[in-house]
Amino acid sequence: MTDTLVAFDDVLATYDPALGLEVHVELNTNSKMFCGCPTEFGAEPNTQVCPTCLGLPGAMPVVNGKAVESAIRIGLALNCDIAEWCRFARKNYFYPDMPKNFQTSQYDEPICFDGYMDVDVDGETFRVEIERAHMEEDTGKSLHVGGATGRIHGADHSLVDYNRAGIPLIEIVTKPIRGAGAKAPDVARAYVAQLRDLIVALGVSDARMDQGSIRADVNLSLSPKGSGTLGTRTETKNVNSLRSVERAVRYEMSRHAAVLDAGEKILQETRHWHEDTGVTTSGREKSDAEDYRYFPEPDLVPVAPSREWVEELRGTLPENPTARRARLQAEWGFSDLEMRDTVGAGALDVIEQTIAAGTTPQAARKWWLGELARRANEQGVLVDALPVTPADVARVQALVDEGSLNDKLARQVFDGLFAGEGTPDEIVAARGLAIVSDDGALSTAVDNAIAANPDVADKIRDGKVAAAGALIGAVMKEMRGQADAGRVRELILEKLS
Amino acid sequence: MPEITRAEVAHLANLARIDLSDDELDHLAPQLSVILESVASISGVAGDDVPPTSHALPLTNVFREDVVTPGLTPEQALSGAPAVEEQRFSVPRILGEEQ
Repeated sequence: MTDTLVAFDDVLATYDPALGLEVHVELNTNSKMFCGCPTEFGAEPNTQVCPTCLGLPGAMPVVNGKAVESAIRIGLALNCDIAEWCRFARKNYFYPDMPKNFQTSQYDEPICFDGYMDVDVDGETFRVEIERAHMEEDTGKSLHVGGATGRIHGADHSLVDYNRAGIPLIEIVTKPIRGAGAKAPDVARAYVAQLRDLIVALGVSDARMDQGSIRADVNLSLSPKGSGTLGTRTETKNVNSLRSVERAVRYEMSRHAAVLDAGEKILQETRHWHEDTGVTTSGREKSDAEDYRYFPEPDLVPVAPSREWVEELRGTLPENPTARRARLQAEWGFSDLEMRDTVGAGALDVIEQTIAAGTTPQAARKWWLGELARRANEQGVLVDALPVTPADVARVQALVDEGSLNDKLARQVFDGLFAGEGTPDEIVAARGLAIVSDDGALSTAVDNAIAANPDVADKIRDGKVAAAGALIGAVMKEMRGQADAGRVRELILEKLS
Repeated sequence: MPEITRAEVAHLANLARIDLSDDELDHLAPQLSVILESVASISGVAGDDVPPTSHALPLTNVFREDVVTPGLTPEQALSGAPAVEEQRFSVPRILGEEQ
């Protein structure tokens, strides 16, 4: 069934959107939330399991202290209050992805609450209020067999791998975000993007949306324009890329408007996002099925972070990534576009370190976003994963600045670095890359080029200086690139004047 | 303590995926009420000076170091499974939606 949709601009003429985002962050702890099983992504099925995460009788969970620390640091970075005392709770439901028949989560006592994050959208700031951030555990992964597309519909049975069951998750829930209007899809995307950057800066998660270590659920409702009320919401689950967050909001706005325009009611329900077609489809209705019968987890004692510990963790917080970006852009004098490219290439840290090692911002940017970005792209990695350090780049640029290398030779130094041939200086020495500044050798090469190209030489004698390019090329070829083109040009013009 | 109704027992049975007949519901509802009443009698004993608690031990912050410890082999993990396929637990067709 295809949904009827209303054009986006028409939606805004009649309705105000309200957004709510629930983001699950898988922590990068070594071991699971309540047991010592490893957490590596991509292991063979059911190789990272034990009686606790399989929910076997008699197994007792114990909280991973590092996960609590990460939860508090996330909360502090989101300007949350940290609970003085809170408990875990059992969220009871029957589904094979949780072998215990409940998920250990937190209910009415989240560890972090009442925070906010200022989100920048096209130079405008939206304050997104954070309702809560709580600790819980991830579920297992189901593989549906027999259906046409691996989906649950039409499958005749399912296969479950519990490696992921019990990996620590932090669920971050916003309050309803209102007043974003036409920018609602952008605000949703920018919030998730900034939250991801924050998580990366905190170093508490791999933060890979493509691997599911950050997953977003998008709540959306519409209310009549100017009414100030909140309409019935739908929750679109597992939207796993930034672009999809934006698209899912846009789609649901258009779909809701069509339903409301027809005088019908929005069903409060879960929707599934389809990445390939860019649409949502109905999941289960929120009804009896959502009666989770929460109760305090008797097998885990309460968590009561001391104020001293909280303050100690506050001291470990990194500079806010958004503020840092603005500061660095001002310091470096990058344009908005240059800055966006830098961030997009994952080159912010390496460029900062290269500049710290003495290179100018524009030269650092030139290498990391030019030659090195190209090579990273070929290898399908980000620049910070290349076998070239900021110190290497700084040294190469220093050699260029002092006239020992030109850009072409510098690229050969990078070849050497990629081949693991040592430091830039070692590579220059071993490969004999330094520019020949000996005028004797250069002079001979220029004489040879003139002798081999008498027509060109005549033109230059007649004042057609532009023709010198052909001779410079010949000289550079003879010198195998190891000459300063500027000096070669000077010599040619001296000899032919 | 309010008594547990037959409808409430039917709802709980549904949540717990237990198929109860009408006879069983008739039989169980009054029994569960008696159990709840018996437990509720504890409230009569507790004075105002006794705060409600969910835990028997007066402990907080029992944490584990973030260290990997040996678990089960896949063979051990799957040894009690009624059906296994591709080193995974095979479960019957799932009705309803994914969580």
